[in-house]
Amino acid sequence: MTHLDGNAAAGDLRTIFAVDVTTATGQCAGCGQTAPLGSAQLYNQAPGMVARCTNCDAVLLRLVTAPGRAWLDVRGLTYLQLETA
Amino acid sequence: MARAAVLGRLTWRAATVAAMRDETATARTLTLDIAGWPGHLAGQHVDIRLTAPDGYTAVRSYSIASVADGDRIDVTVEPVRDGEVSPYLARVVGVGDPLEVRGPVGGWFTWRAAQSEPVQLVAGGSGVVPLMAMLRARAAAASAAPFQLLYSTRRPDTVIYHDELSRCVADGLPLSYAYTRTVPAGWPRPPARVDAALLAAVTFAPDEHPTCYVCGPTAFVETVADLMVAAGHDAQRVRTERFGGP
Repeated sequence: MTHLDGNAAAGDLRTIFAVDVTTATGQCAGCGQTAPLGSAQLYNQAPGMVARCTNCDAVLLRLVTAPGRAWLDVRGLTYLQLETA
Repeated sequence: MARAAVLGRLTWRAATVAAMRDETATARTLTLDIAGWPGHLAGQHVDIRLTAPDGYTAVRSYSIASVADGDRIDVTVEPVRDGEVSPYLARVVGVGDPLEVRGPVGGWFTWRAAQSEPVQLVAGGSGVVPLMAMLRARAAAASAAPFQLLYSTRRPDTVIYHDELSRCVADGLPLSYAYTRTVPAGWPRPPARVDAALLAAVTFAPDEHPTCYVCGPTAFVETVADLMVAAGHDAQRVRTERFGGP
């Protein structure tokens, strides 16, 4: 199955977050790699979106949206470093 | 453009098709009027939503081709076979028609005028659109950052922005075409995809530490990005935007 880049999740993530999370650096809970979320592998040919680590393929983030609701699972990220200035 | 870190949550905006221009036999540029458009960075995209009479909606992302200019943006659409959104945008929609737009989005695959390092652009087909935005932003900012473009396309007549790119070349842009199906008469390279030898010949070397922007169909981006990293480019400096597809 082909994937896109984490960058392609920017629109849906920006309906939830007030900042652009795809420019944030995230650490993979699986292997410890740190990389911008925009560079992750994004699988979106499904009811939701799944972002995976480019190093170990572990799931970093899952997002499912429905009218008026969204489910966000970020247990695959140990942290997100966000630019605030 | 200065941008505050906290942007506020994004909502859908009403847009109107203000103008249309055919770029090739199939690709079309739409100029959209979007009241209150906050501006954007080169390389960002918009999500466009179509809603059918029965309420069914389809959302697709399109790269912005133009530099920030008030309430107007250009998107260039190449129709995807059996697509739900792109054939409508490229063939059916007319001037004055309404659309819903969400954006700008995506701060990772962007070029900012403050960047002074060399920039290597590599386009596959309509992947040239966000890279054209970067070339336009560089010109608008009178940036001295060295840019190069490698543009893979099927045939000479499938080149999007052909005349404008020719003017960029006249102004000094090193631009190389890789034709994959049909080459112009007398062209030295037979029809072929981008390979390691071509990348070595016509793109910045890894020791020049360029930031690389690779955009196109997924298979193209995958191949080019892997070749560039194998050639010695820092993987974090090879930024990719896959359009999907095979």
